[in-house]
Amino acid sequence: MPKDIEAQGGIGASTKRREDIRFLTGNGRYTDDINLRGQAYVHFLRSDMAHGRINGLDTAAADAMPGVIRIFTAKDFEGVGGLPCGWQVTDRHGQPMQEPKHPVLAEGKVRHVGDPIAAVVAETPDAARDAAEAIVFDIDELPAVIDMKAALAEGATKVHDDLSSNLCYDWGFVEENREAVNEAFTKAAHVTRLDLVNNRLVANPMEPRVAVGDYDAWNDQSTLYTTSQNPHVIRLLMGAFVLGIPEHKLRVVAPDVGGGFGSKIFHYAEEAFCTFAARQLKRPVKWTSSRAEAFLSDAHGRDHVTTIELALDADHKFAAIRTETRANMGAYLSTFAPSVPTWLHGVLMAGNYTTPLIYVNVKAVFTNTIPVDAYRGAGRPEATFQLERVIDKAARELGVDPVELRRKNFIKPEQFPYQTPVAVVYDTGNYHATMDKLLEISDHAGFAARAETSKANGKLRGFGIAHYIEACGIAPSNLVGQLGARAGLYESATVRVNATGSISVYTGSHSHGQGHETTFAQVVAEMIGIDAGQVEIHHGDTSNTPMGMGTYGSRSLAVGGSAIVKATNKIIDKAKKIAAHLLEASEADIELKDGKFAVAGTDKSVDWAGVTLAAYVPHNYPLESLEPGLEETAFYDPSNFTYPSGGYGCEVEVDPETGKVEILAFSAADDFGNIVNPMIVDGQVQGGLAQGIGQALLENCTYDENGQLLSASYMDYAMPRADDLPSFRVDHSCVTPCTHNPLGVKGCGEAGAIGSPPAVVNAVIDALQRGGYTHVTHIDMPLTPARVWAAMQK
Amino acid sequence: MYAFDFVKPSSIDDAVKALSAEGAQPIAGGQTLIPTLKARLNAPETLVSLTGIAELKGVCRDGDVLVIGAGTSHAAVARDAAAEFPGLAALALQIGDPAVRNRGTLGGSIANNDPAACYPAAVLATGATVVTDRREIAADDFFQGMFTTALEEGEIVTSVRFPIPEVSAYAKFAQPASRFALTGVFVAKFAEGVRVAVTGASEDGVFRWTEAEEALVRSFAPEALADLRVPDGGMINDLHGTPAYRAHLVGVMTRRAVKAAS
Ligand SMILES: Cc1cc2nc3c(=O)[nH]c(=O)nc-3n(C[C@H](O)[C@H](O)[C@H](O)COP(=O)(O)OP(=O)(O)OC[C@H]3O[C@@H](n4cnc5c(N)ncnc54)[C@H](O)[C@@H]3O)c2cc1C
Repeated sequence: MPKDIEAQGGIGASTKRREDIRFLTGNGRYTDDINLRGQAYVHFLRSDMAHGRINGLDTAAADAMPGVIRIFTAKDFEGVGGLPCGWQVTDRHGQPMQEPKHPVLAEGKVRHVGDPIAAVVAETPDAARDAAEAIVFDIDELPAVIDMKAALAEGATKVHDDLSSNLCYDWGFVEENREAVNEAFTKAAHVTRLDLVNNRLVANPMEPRVAVGDYDAWNDQSTLYTTSQNPHVIRLLMGAFVLGIPEHKLRVVAPDVGGGFGSKIFHYAEEAFCTFAARQLKRPVKWTSSRAEAFLSDAHGRDHVTTIELALDADHKFAAIRTETRANMGAYLSTFAPSVPTWLHGVLMAGNYTTPLIYVNVKAVFTNTIPVDAYRGAGRPEATFQLERVIDKAARELGVDPVELRRKNFIKPEQFPYQTPVAVVYDTGNYHATMDKLLEISDHAGFAARAETSKANGKLRGFGIAHYIEACGIAPSNLVGQLGARAGLYESATVRVNATGSISVYTGSHSHGQGHETTFAQVVAEMIGIDAGQVEIHHGDTSNTPMGMGTYGSRSLAVGGSAIVKATNKIIDKAKKIAAHLLEASEADIELKDGKFAVAGTDKSVDWAGVTLAAYVPHNYPLESLEPGLEETAFYDPSNFTYPSGGYGCEVEVDPETGKVEILAFSAADDFGNIVNPMIVDGQVQGGLAQGIGQALLENCTYDENGQLLSASYMDYAMPRADDLPSFRVDHSCVTPCTHNPLGVKGCGEAGAIGSPPAVVNAVIDALQRGGYTHVTHIDMPLTPARVWAAMQK
Repeated sequence: MYAFDFVKPSSIDDAVKALSAEGAQPIAGGQTLIPTLKARLNAPETLVSLTGIAELKGVCRDGDVLVIGAGTSHAAVARDAAAEFPGLAALALQIGDPAVRNRGTLGGSIANNDPAACYPAAVLATGATVVTDRREIAADDFFQGMFTTALEEGEIVTSVRFPIPEVSAYAKFAQPASRFALTGVFVAKFAEGVRVAVTGASEDGVFRWTEAEEALVRSFAPEALADLRVPDGGMINDLHGTPAYRAHLVGVMTRRAVKAAS
């Protein structure tokens, strides 16, 4: 009899997210819900100038304002470290990147609009804000460095006076292939070239950032409550590099977190400030970002300017790829910023294809803008966008079907494991299958008829394809160490079985919308054969979970889930020993099935709770050979990345009178390996698609030439809304399980945001081309009505 | 927000009295004012709420005129004007989201005269009369450029008298982020003529497109506008559209409004 997957709630069940009950009823416990006795509030005075030299700050009048406790400036942070960068990139010539100091409060210069100059701690938020307005500062405005090309020009104003230029690094990959790639281009039958911009984005999680610092002087214990995707990493970076507080004296708690999309991975100045000020003042200190402040202080995403060239042979096989990118770092290096345009981007440039020669050049540039770092997909959307756009352009130039051109160059199922020319080895995949599935669910065959209907209505219809690969489950620690990471990238889990058989799992992963409390419980329940309701997942508190690396890079299930599997296997091994003792049988004969330990070939058995009770009330127990209790910890370090892939198809209508693009249908056929909770996977893909479509059509973070942020609120920064989006067709029935993790899972959190932008742009270009606007071969994102209309005008 | 005093009078007279104090400002739905207060861009000493004044609310017909109280919410207009003046009701339904429509008011919208607001187009295109606590102001005199009106210090709008057109329609092209009008056009056809008002496009705020009016008097059909185009000069240039794009949209939206009305 097939087991009832849904009823049991194990692997494969679309169990409803248990955490949603508290979220949807307003009972989540977010950082801003934490209010401690005697709490004071900080307001940051932020620079309204992009670049300037600080001559003086006069806080006398502000100090005298009612409710002011203390005003901090850079002086108070002499002897305190700067915010560290977690990844060191080595340039083409073997030299380390240029790494400027990132002070907690601006020292000597302000370097972007929003750079914190001073921090006022007061009895109320309003008192702090009032006093901040009374601070008198003398800042000489300097020319703002905004455009990346100008920033790299000879004699450009420097963002950091002590660096030799605004170039952070000039990275080449694979540097040894540089000449061979150039040569391949001279021999190519056809070369397609494309200049494009990957637009700068603001992450905009629903919950703005919050930090509450607390200090227990009697025990010399600091606690930071913060909106973080990885509290242990914050503890390590802030404790060891900024404030010099050892781990056992520092607790970091990231309670319910309302979305992050990457922007809450990083260690921010406000976190260090609140922890530091609480120690100084011996009072809790709280900061709550407003939405306006979030635009000026959260790390931004993307912001690449790229030229990509694709060389094809006479048979339309891809012969070589060459890219040149300028990547904006902003004014300082945010925690993982240097890795995004390099190791999260260059290694993906093979895509799903057998291109033998690839060379990627990236120049990372300092500018007077807010730091840029990882945002949903981080590097992989940038790689996918270029590649899938240039392939589409090549197909058009060659007059071949873009689907067929891709198929011709796909890595074939029998070629796995596949060594790409850009370092990574893909373990599994079947791109032909996902492409076929995409064409099926998008009814590609019916497109021509639908296009006719649109034409009759005066609209231009187009269909765009993109096929992506991503590297998730970041990542083997020894590998990333060689690539410059200053951290390991394993994950941990403690599985604590309680006396009556219920289970408390402590994971180093962090959930901020991913549904771990549901999915991880499904995994443990399945392994033991008990009801998922017996399993509770805990995360986000360094005081009770083992050292973890947190959630980003679609790594939670692939890496964190694998650690849970490992720890649960240890539990099962020990439980079998206890069961063998209770059943007076040999351990080798014990089988675990449906929550019962049975002696193979007999009807003798003991149930799960019987074993767990024996572990904690060890009256009848092999104490001479086995410790009582049932609790295990495991660390899992992956041996490779995982490689989800998929085919995405977008169908649009363009209004030729206004340039407005409407997405009529969007289909996603993904291969995520094995699936634990199909409903949660659907939701992750849909959310990713919304963000990718947001990037493609709506979102654009824009500075003027003086470094003022023009898109500084929702009045000008267009977030996607439900009515901008179609009802998605999401399929993940194509499965090639990951070969190197115990669950065979690949990760699904970023795919939607990676694969969708090129599909949307390809669809719009297709619509315009079909409509007779054959001069339009590219439009930079976002494809706003104004931009599409302007492109249509000759 | 800075601290302020708050009063909530129940009659127009009391409101006007309260507004004569130094630093006093009216607040209606607060959908424009509250965000500026939160951003500390405005520091009134006293806010005089108009929401408790019954005589400022409601939609009623007076002959060929629809009289709408200044304190009537967009949602109420969308509902209560639908039978008498469907073009206006449809406009109200395109403002913001349900929360905004249930708080925001006609009076607040026209007093604020945001260059991208919707109502000014309807007021100007119908040649409506703005009634205040002390006088009546013709629409053509009321709007005096971006965020500027004929209102004096302490003067409040009490109602707007809209002549009801034979046919009318509002065609709005939404700015992608704010969804205010990137360009919105209200076309109203009366027995004695046609009026066309454009919002969202010009640096001078809402304006009448008289060439289009003349063409539409000759023939009330989109084709009548085929050769007309407003000049790019004076059109707004911002993140969301160039002057050329806005000038183009004025033509497109006017044709669409005429098509919807006819
Ligand atoms: C999210 C959002 C979306 C929006 N979208 C649109 C849109 O698509 N189209 C659009 O047109 N508008 C839009 N608005 C603006 C909305 O219509 C506002 O409600 C309106 O502009 C102001 O009306 P209010 O009653 O809220 O005025 P308030 O905010 O209370 O006041 C606005 C100004 O008018 C003054 N005032 C108010 N009432 C009077 C009066 N009777 N006499 C004299 N002065 C007065 C106030 O002192 C203040 O200066 C949007 C607003 C928001 C928040």
